Amino acid sequence: MESEANKILDEVTQGDYKYGFVTDIDTEFAPTGLSESTIRYISAKKNEPDFMLEFRLKAYRHWLTMTQPKWAHLNIAPINFQEIIFYAAPKKKKEVSSLDEVDPELLATFNKLGISLDEQKKLAGVTSVAVDAVIDSVSVKTTFSETLSKHGIIFCSFSEAVQNHPDLVRQYMGSVVPYTDNYFAALNSAVFSDGSFCFIPKGVRCPMELSTYFRINAANTGQFERTLIVAEEGAYVSYMEGCTAPQRDENQLHAAIVEIVAMKDAEVKYSTVQNWYPGDKNGLGGIYNFVTKRGICKGSNSKISWTQVETGSAITWKYPSCILLGDNSVGEFYSVAVTNNYQQADTGTKMMHLGKNTRSTIISKGISAGNSNNSYRGLVRISKNALNSRNYSQCDSLLLGARCGAHTYPYIQVDNKSSIVEHEATTSKISEDQLFYCQQRGISAESAIGLIVNGYAKEVLKQLPMEFAVEAQKLLSISLEGSVG
Amino acid sequence: MLTNIQETITPKRLTDLFEKNRRLLFRDDTAVLSAIREKAFASFSKLGFPDTSLESWRLTDLQESFSRGYDYHLQPAAEVDVQKVFRCNIPHLDTAIIGQLNGWYVSKDVPLMELGNGIIMGSLAEARKKYPALVEKYYGTVANDAIDGFTALNTAFAQDGVFIYVPDDVKSPRPVQLINVIHDDRNLFLQSRNLIVVGANAKLSLVHCDDSYNHQASFSNIVTEIHVGEHALLEHYKLQNLNNNSTLVSTVCFNLEASASLESHYISLNGGLLRNNIRVLFNGPHGNANIYGIYLMDGKQHTDNQVFVDHASPDCTSNETFKGILDEHARAIFNGHVLVRRNSTKTDARQSNKNILLTDTARVNSKPFLEIYNDDVKCSHGSTTGQLDQESMFYLRQRGIGEETARMLLMFAFADEIVSKIAIPQLRQRIEDMVKKRLQGELQICEQCVLHCSSPEHPVDFKIDLGKI
Repeated sequence: MESEANKILDEVTQGDYKYGFVTDIDTEFAPTGLSESTIRYISAKKNEPDFMLEFRLKAYRHWLTMTQPKWAHLNIAPINFQEIIFYAAPKKKKEVSSLDEVDPELLATFNKLGISLDEQKKLAGVTSVAVDAVIDSVSVKTTFSETLSKHGIIFCSFSEAVQNHPDLVRQYMGSVVPYTDNYFAALNSAVFSDGSFCFIPKGVRCPMELSTYFRINAANTGQFERTLIVAEEGAYVSYMEGCTAPQRDENQLHAAIVEIVAMKDAEVKYSTVQNWYPGDKNGLGGIYNFVTKRGICKGSNSKISWTQVETGSAITWKYPSCILLGDNSVGEFYSVAVTNNYQQADTGTKMMHLGKNTRSTIISKGISAGNSNNSYRGLVRISKNALNSRNYSQCDSLLLGARCGAHTYPYIQVDNKSSIVEHEATTSKISEDQLFYCQQRGISAESAIGLIVNGYAKEVLKQLPMEFAVEAQKLLSISLEGSVG
Repeated sequence: MLTNIQETITPKRLTDLFEKNRRLLFRDDTAVLSAIREKAFASFSKLGFPDTSLESWRLTDLQESFSRGYDYHLQPAAEVDVQKVFRCNIPHLDTAIIGQLNGWYVSKDVPLMELGNGIIMGSLAEARKKYPALVEKYYGTVANDAIDGFTALNTAFAQDGVFIYVPDDVKSPRPVQLINVIHDDRNLFLQSRNLIVVGANAKLSLVHCDDSYNHQASFSNIVTEIHVGEHALLEHYKLQNLNNNSTLVSTVCFNLEASASLESHYISLNGGLLRNNIRVLFNGPHGNANIYGIYLMDGKQHTDNQVFVDHASPDCTSNETFKGILDEHARAIFNGHVLVRRNSTKTDARQSNKNILLTDTARVNSKPFLEIYNDDVKCSHGSTTGQLDQESMFYLRQRGIGEETARMLLMFAFADEIVSKIAIPQLRQRIEDMVKKRLQGELQICEQCVLHCSSPEHPVDFKIDLGKI
């Protein structure tokens, strides 16, 4: 029984990565390696105004003074920044005005990924989703821009925003994640190639889900994108992000920044399904995913909600955070992180309570299998002036198999008497009682595990927009095919 | 001998002191012990003092404590009247008292007592001479220089402290009370080293108190190594009641053999800066450890509890519960770390830290950390920080209990979860009274610890305002 269960566990945990294909697209590259000239090359290529180049160079010079952080519970092989290509763009991307002009290979790629760039087609037949597709370093196509612009919403690639809305970019870029923030944020600020920009004007409720799809295609490249979302007073937007990469033996670097600004009464919901190539069963290859995501609730009664399903990447280093500056603002973090084989994840959140009556909720569900290590690292900080603030955190870990690790590093700091902070966490394997209960009713061990794991992650999955929830549930079952201890 | 280091304490000044006094320090060492000392000194020379760049010292900055300047005694002070210094007036508490003054064992001609049942207790310095094989077997095995600079420093300088040995199958008939008093009219830097061995199937109840007598500043670096044998039981009580100018770095390392049980209680009532490093190692299966802590801090007091539980063996259970009430500008830090190693199946580990803040200037940092490398485990942790429950408050007020009394009752109930776990009834009664006094702001530092409190004996009651009912 035990060995059979183990067999099933192995099968389940060894589902293959199905996005591992490579597309043959003509791509142009920046010279390999990192130097001021690489940065000038990127900036010139993108025809950027001076302030952008200055920002990049300042960030680069600061980056040179920094060292790679070592505090995370991660074993990172040294990264040689001189072997990475910092800019890769599919050729022929210029002047795409209709879908017909997009490289058919590219369209096929996105169709294969299940991402429809076709404006006529409505995903899941219910709501329409505007998609910004980023391949390697540049955004290739943004759909529904026109419909959105009727509402005054700006949704475009970051490069377009730099050209068309330089004032907005200048005002908000780096205001939440300054280039001095950390090693990878500095690197990104120096070399970021593209990303998405989203601006929701005062009082507008965005009529559709906005989505960015990131895809690394070329070999030896790093992907450095930057997302900036600004929600003005009373605005609302739900934003989704997905990512995949081909299967390669070497590690590829992905260092992104996401900044969110929510003004008075605004609400931003940011959902991620991260499925970068995790490496093979022996831990060979895979993406290094070092991401800085942070939102600021600037005005009162604003709300930022992060939901993430992390199944990919060889190494994940990611802490989507909320700065709760406005009074009565709300921060939320819902996360499911799955690690398998030799994956390593160190992920969590920071909730910085600065305003009065601010509230935050953290629900984190870690699942580790194989030889992987999965850590939750979170900070809840209630400052002296954040009177009557409230935090509730729950971070549970589920262990599948005897060789994996699950770790919890919750940091809690409370500096006033009227706030209440609660944190709880449990770590265990799948309960034998639950498994027995299912099997006794004729459900196979494999389905039972799927059922239990899905139930365990339900609290988070239900936060996802519907289009994503379906994908996330499928991903979860693929990532864990066969997991009984 | 008195060495004056009335300037900021630095690793350099201490290594110089060591080099200068090598002969004295190594005087009574056996080959094994001198090797341990030499190695520890090398470690300290390399490590120096931990600073805030280290994760486990991030929130406790010792610079101010170091800067006060201290005297260092390399030999005990002149004869003291034991009876005068060590008085215990917990009514009807029958204990065997061992006293330490400024880190040195104090005795009247009997440095090492050997009781009829084979129990040995007394000075560690004396035990090294008399029972070198016994000391060598245990000394430095769990409290070694790899822990941090302080343990290395203590091991390098270790001269005296307390040694207790309970042979196999012996159940100590009465609790042993270890009192460490700091009393000098100058600032003191002191390091004492204790070694406690509880044999297989044996039982010991140990009350360990740290007290100060006056308001003189002091810096204590105390390392206690405790070995609990197979199927043995240790009840351990650590009471800390020091003045606001004192700094205490206390490292207690428990080594639990198969099926050993530990009940440990940390009761911190006063102290300028209290740092407790509590390390529990499960060296055999089926061990069980309960570690309870309560800290009641006010003024600018700072308390830092670091609890590390190493589940190195399967089938062990551990439970940590730390609670604190913080008033005025007090600051509390709790870092729990449970490590479950790869082969430690059927581990059951719990961590809990609860805090009540009474003012907006009090601060709490809590980090209940789990590190798990095995799937067959049950681990949980919880941490809450907040104020007194408004509904409970309303319930009491509604029944005519004055606000102040209601607050006291609730705080006392909060603390009582820990205090009620004390198994020695007389001690529990006394601690309950002290906690009540502490909560009412009546327990002055000058009143000293439980053990030499000179106030007349009467239970402390909360006055319920009958006039309002």
